[in-house]
Amino acid sequence: MRRLEFILRRLLSSIFVLIGVSIIIFFLARVIPSNAAALYIGPKARPEDIARVSKQLGLDRPLPVQYAIYMRDLLHGDLGTSIGTKRPVLTEIIDRAPATLELLFTGMFLAALIGVPLGVLSARWQGKPLDVAARTISIFGVSMPAFYLGLLLQILFFRNLHWLPLAGRMSTALRFTNPIEPITNFLVLDSLLTRNWVALKDTALHLVLPALTLAAYPIGLIARMTRAAMLEVLEQDYIRTARAYGIKDFIITYLYALKNAISPTLTVIGLTVAFALTGTFFVEIIFNWPGLGLFTVRSLLNVDYPSIMGMTLFGATAYVLINSIVDLLQAWVDPRISLK
Amino acid sequence: MTAIPALSVEPELQSTRTFRHVLSVIVRDPLALASTIVIVLFILIAIFAYQVAPYPQEGIGRTNAPNTMLAPSAGHILGADRLGRDILSRVIMGARPALIVPIGVVVFAVLIGAPLGAIAGYKGGRVDDVIMRITDLFLAFPSLLLAMAITSALGRGLQNAAIALIISWWPWYTRLVRGVTISLRERYFVEAAQAIGVRDSVIILRHILPNTISPILVQATVDLGTVILVMGGLAFLGLGTQPPAPDWGLMVSEGRDYILNQWWVSTSAGLAIFIVVLAFNLLGDTLRDIFDPRQYK
Repeated sequence: MRRLEFILRRLLSSIFVLIGVSIIIFFLARVIPSNAAALYIGPKARPEDIARVSKQLGLDRPLPVQYAIYMRDLLHGDLGTSIGTKRPVLTEIIDRAPATLELLFTGMFLAALIGVPLGVLSARWQGKPLDVAARTISIFGVSMPAFYLGLLLQILFFRNLHWLPLAGRMSTALRFTNPIEPITNFLVLDSLLTRNWVALKDTALHLVLPALTLAAYPIGLIARMTRAAMLEVLEQDYIRTARAYGIKDFIITYLYALKNAISPTLTVIGLTVAFALTGTFFVEIIFNWPGLGLFTVRSLLNVDYPSIMGMTLFGATAYVLINSIVDLLQAWVDPRISLK
Repeated sequence: MTAIPALSVEPELQSTRTFRHVLSVIVRDPLALASTIVIVLFILIAIFAYQVAPYPQEGIGRTNAPNTMLAPSAGHILGADRLGRDILSRVIMGARPALIVPIGVVVFAVLIGAPLGAIAGYKGGRVDDVIMRITDLFLAFPSLLLAMAITSALGRGLQNAAIALIISWWPWYTRLVRGVTISLRERYFVEAAQAIGVRDSVIILRHILPNTISPILVQATVDLGTVILVMGGLAFLGLGTQPPAPDWGLMVSEGRDYILNQWWVSTSAGLAIFIVVLAFNLLGDTLRDIFDPRQYK
């Protein structure tokens, strides 16, 4: 019962935060620009268009009414029309989301897969060369700009070693030789599901460098947080007891200790998912990855205002939701949290 | 006889004492010392950029066509870019927007955030609720995303990018200072000041805020690495410094198309960001170890 109450309370508070977020974006989208209507039509706006759009957006009405109009459009899924592509912003977002999500999931999976063991090893061998090496990797990870790391990886793996493709989601020729049937629009997954092995190899290879670039910062953060959490747990009495019983070191570290260090690790993973969401912007430009990030950056450069504000809203909503999910997951992993 | 509370143990001058303590720890820790030296060196280079840069005019944008894409050589040790400008000079001049501006951003974020945090923590109740709910809203955005949106609302450029970052960063210091204030509120020197009728505003200014300086400094050092990264990101995206002015993030972006053949155009500026951020992160780690005893082992 306490747990249900916790979940409801948490969801309710995210709804309030989302309303607040919508108010901030409303101000950025409609109030702060001196002529929002012109921004919504683009550089070729004629005076009569501006007058029409001003009326449509209610720019001549009081602020609360404007906000109501903004929210009404929002709840009908109307984020405006992209100036660049002349298509609804929501359609653009939905079309491009799979590419970004594929990158984001792969990157975060890599980050957890590398970051958590790195942190555990670091804590287990505290002060030893292994710890120093792991900490060096993690501090490099959090200090390296993604847009720089991506370029360095391209130089190394494409230009010097010829191991991996330079950019894009797949080779152009693939479209004709081994076309991928869209099911989920996650290209690697679709190739796998349709047993298209040629495409699988090609798309997987294209994913390696972008995913690694995206994962670098999260790897560093996750490893640091896991190390700190593990150090705290490893000092506790029950671990000493387990050692006294002669239980194998491997089991103590990975089973007994990691289980109790996982809660702070989960928080940081959640935070980094949200951080990686903006990281995809840089990764997508560097690797010409046709996702939301590339769309956002093009919109920024072309002052495609409806698209920029649509993406801001989308990104902030995703961020709030991810954080709520992490909180709920944490309460599930560590029941003490929901009892507080 | 009951024990008299040991008032003398209450360190009102805590901040000056810990400052000396911090210095002694930094001097003894080789990594932290090296990081401090690197940071100070970069700041000095940024301040004296016109004196240090070999070709200051090229550094701020004058083109020099004969040197287009010149590879690194004795006269131009980091090479020249697409417009023949000496890259070393541009990296040096670029330190101003890329390093000094983020420091300014953090200073302003502290100036806005810290007093609000002290008021929230000291007053409590409804004032606290309102202030903290507002910070929650700003923290509900990924900082880069909010900064991007604000910059495009205000118009791109270095100044607006800096304003955008201040707007998205102050809530962190509000949260921090509020937490510290709540613990200070119960201390004897605050209670004593209240008992003799000192006004709330004076207590906050004279007794609370000075004692939040150490944690703020630690947090600011830790944050600076991130702020430099985000600022560099905005410049890379074309939202910050506008060409022909130099900025590290912008320089990486300008050389991106030539990365496979003329690699030197992008790499130096990127390396500069990496080194400075690494230095701030290393120093931040040491400071955090001093102030967070749970991590101090």
